[in-house]
Amino acid sequence: MESLKWLTVDFFQALSAGLLVGGTYGLMCVGLGIIFGVMRVVNFAQGDFMMLGMYVTYYLVTFFGIQTLFGPYIGPIVGAALAGPVVFVVGWLVHKFLLSRVTGARVISAEAEGHYTQIIMTLGVALVLANGGLILFGSVPLSVRTPLSSESWEISMIFLNQARAVAFVLAIIAALGLYTFLTGTNLGKALRAAADNPTAAAYVGINVDRAHRIAFALGVGITAIAGGLIASSQSFQPYIGFDFVIVMYAGVVLGGMGSILGAFWGGLTIGLVQQMSTLILPYQLQNTAIFVVFLLIVFFKPQGMFGRVWERT
Amino acid sequence: MRRTPINKQYAAIFIFAVTYLVVGWFVQNSYYQLMMTLVLIWAAVGVSWNTLSGYSGMISFGHAAFFGLGGYTTTIAFVTFGITPWIGIPLGVVVGVIAGVLIGLPTFRLRGHYFALAMLAYPLAMLYVFEWMGYQEVPLPMMRDAPAFYAEFDDPRVYMVLALVLLIVCMIAALHVERSRFGMSLMAIKQNEPAAAAAGIDALRWKMLAMVLSAAMGAAAGGLYVMVLLVVTPQTMFGALVSAQALIMALFGGVGIFWGPVIGAAVLVPLAETLNAHLGSVLPGIQGVVYGVAIIIITLLAPEGIYWRVRDFWAARRPAPVPAMPQAPVSRSVAEAINVAPITEPSECKRVPDGGNALLRLDRVTRAFGGLKAVDDVTLNIRAGAIHGIIGPNGAGKTTLFNVVNGFLGADSGSISLAGSELVGLKPHEVCRLGIGRTFQVIRAFPRMSVLENVIVGAFVGARTDTQAQRLAMEALDRVGLADERAHAIAGGLTTKQLRLMELARALAPRPKLLLLDETLAGLAHDALDDILATLRRINRDGVTIAIIEHTMHAMMKLVDEFSVLDHGKLIAGGAPAKVVKDPAVIEAYLGRKWMERAKDSVA
Repeated sequence: MESLKWLTVDFFQALSAGLLVGGTYGLMCVGLGIIFGVMRVVNFAQGDFMMLGMYVTYYLVTFFGIQTLFGPYIGPIVGAALAGPVVFVVGWLVHKFLLSRVTGARVISAEAEGHYTQIIMTLGVALVLANGGLILFGSVPLSVRTPLSSESWEISMIFLNQARAVAFVLAIIAALGLYTFLTGTNLGKALRAAADNPTAAAYVGINVDRAHRIAFALGVGITAIAGGLIASSQSFQPYIGFDFVIVMYAGVVLGGMGSILGAFWGGLTIGLVQQMSTLILPYQLQNTAIFVVFLLIVFFKPQGMFGRVWERT
Repeated sequence: MRRTPINKQYAAIFIFAVTYLVVGWFVQNSYYQLMMTLVLIWAAVGVSWNTLSGYSGMISFGHAAFFGLGGYTTTIAFVTFGITPWIGIPLGVVVGVIAGVLIGLPTFRLRGHYFALAMLAYPLAMLYVFEWMGYQEVPLPMMRDAPAFYAEFDDPRVYMVLALVLLIVCMIAALHVERSRFGMSLMAIKQNEPAAAAAGIDALRWKMLAMVLSAAMGAAAGGLYVMVLLVVTPQTMFGALVSAQALIMALFGGVGIFWGPVIGAAVLVPLAETLNAHLGSVLPGIQGVVYGVAIIIITLLAPEGIYWRVRDFWAARRPAPVPAMPQAPVSRSVAEAINVAPITEPSECKRVPDGGNALLRLDRVTRAFGGLKAVDDVTLNIRAGAIHGIIGPNGAGKTTLFNVVNGFLGADSGSISLAGSELVGLKPHEVCRLGIGRTFQVIRAFPRMSVLENVIVGAFVGARTDTQAQRLAMEALDRVGLADERAHAIAGGLTTKQLRLMELARALAPRPKLLLLDETLAGLAHDALDDILATLRRINRDGVTIAIIEHTMHAMMKLVDEFSVLDHGKLIAGGAPAKVVKDPAVIEAYLGRKWMERAKDSVA
């Protein structure tokens, strides 16, 4: 009886942790979902842009006085929020000077050949960011300290890490804000149109190259915010990106390619999978569990939960 | 694409090996000796990647899986079971091959992004498993009693020789892949998979073989790497950088050619290692930055790699060599000289109203997409020796009918048989093997192969050896009138008419019983059209039954023996041309009333 009780507690503990982590994963996936949806490019550098977001948050909070200005509670949040625009600019530049040379409307039709160079290009960007990060930031794991990191709320024996809970709430708010932007503004609608059907979007006069640049910068910016939010409850080092690439793609594919809302639910689910897997698997294998789930999704339901069937005929 | 003769390639490999050996033998500095060994190992990893991804176009971001399994198998065999790496490495190759099959089986169902992403996930998943199993950092024990038995040598040059042997084996294997139907099939799959399947190529089989070969090479390189470094960690074996390096060597040096990865490794490994040695303490990630920058620059400036860029440069400098024809001008006599069995039975059943027996029988075939029945309960026979026209308005289900017959699409119900053998449930390459060739409404060429190579790919299914395939291909080109210097032109630069003829030759090459031609006359000028009609008649006279979809009615009236008319997926009429065009239902659905007025004189 006692063991059953603990089992139940463990279960709800993992469930709540999964939901909290999943919220930020969801936001992260939305960022990737915009890029994957609009550009149809596998962006291997997405995880490294997230890593960049973490470090930007860290340095904003510690060196640039955000902490002193806003205090230890609000400071990290402001830092994460500001990491978004900073990484947005980086993403804009990367697209302008590198990706746009090999992406754009021209290559959407040239299916295999075009993607090939795009994917390779993002891989190069990923290597430069991760290893450049190592040079700039060093290999010592860091985290953004906030008093919340070590505080928990206890609700009937379930512990909720306060930093994670705050990150969860903020991720939801950010995702909602983005949703409003995508549904309420003309630019957002154009982006959604380009994600839904890039070719048709071009026909109705949407500047696809510009949509790509905005989507890329916006996508990495949002993922960077998510990274900044996680940074207060998880330590990070410059190589963290590659692990999260799979986490993000698992979420995006699960949610259905081209569905930006779906990406959020996909990310949330992946967070749940990661935390719930610790109930039956050793702690070290939680990422392996994600990879397995990811493989199962692409094998059995590549169109995802919310996406259209995406197949060339 | 004109190729260097295989003997010359062997000579080049030999010269490369000897030069490397001589230079390496006189290098005294142990650091440079290690670097020279690493160049060879990474070149081998690059050749491994190229064997799968370079030839077939299925981009793998997970070659670290094979590299790591090879390395860890060697290590665990040694550390845990005391098995010498001489046996451990072959064991690693076996494990790598098994992993290749297990990974390939599900993953080859995926395409494009999904394949690439899934491949990325395998080594990363393995990385955590090996960490969890407690293999964070495993040093290989020193065996002072019998070092040679345990492949431990004081002289680092021995490792260089071993790595050189491995690389040469990989290069020769890759050379033979490139020059055989194996490599040509992979390249055809890369350039147009549906066309390859319709031409009788079993894509899954070749991809799987490529995966197995590639995995074996990668695993062997991983095992050797462990022997050289004497310590393994999950990151150095399964890390994303390993997968990236495999691909970067090949992409930087040249995709789809075995020299590519060798060039890539020879440039990048020393560059990265040297920078790392001099700046590594200040700039710890410099190696990765070098690889990242290298790959960014190469995608911007020479997306196919250095090898191709240099080759194009040379080709532009030198005057184009006069095409050295391997064959004498082919004519009937040559076709006989190269011992082609005489083409059988010039059709006697031509213009015989109903006597001919059916070669292809469709019995109540239905195929629906959701609620739409694209082919609805169609029953029709195509007589042996006939030219059978299939007409109907756009969206009538004509192409879908062909797709169902040749196996691109399954039939929901009904039966299709070719000379008595059932076709429903067969894959396109199996249908092709039974004797059905097809061409496409939108031309599906292998644009970067020569005309001859395009047709050779089609001939494989009917040929036991590659030379026989070449012969069949020349014969087919001769039948369509392309057996001249145009046979060596790159398909990407042909005119529509030439492409149509080439597609026809590709379908003809394995000597099919039945040809399915989907709008072969579309987009042709008048005189070109007459040429192709004449060619089709000649092919038919030689005994090949033809089913043709076409909208050009006046051409069809001259060509076909029999019509089937489809509308909304249903067969609404069938029979002799003169009868069908007077059928009110056909006029209503397709021809239109005006047609009767205009055609009255010409048909009657």
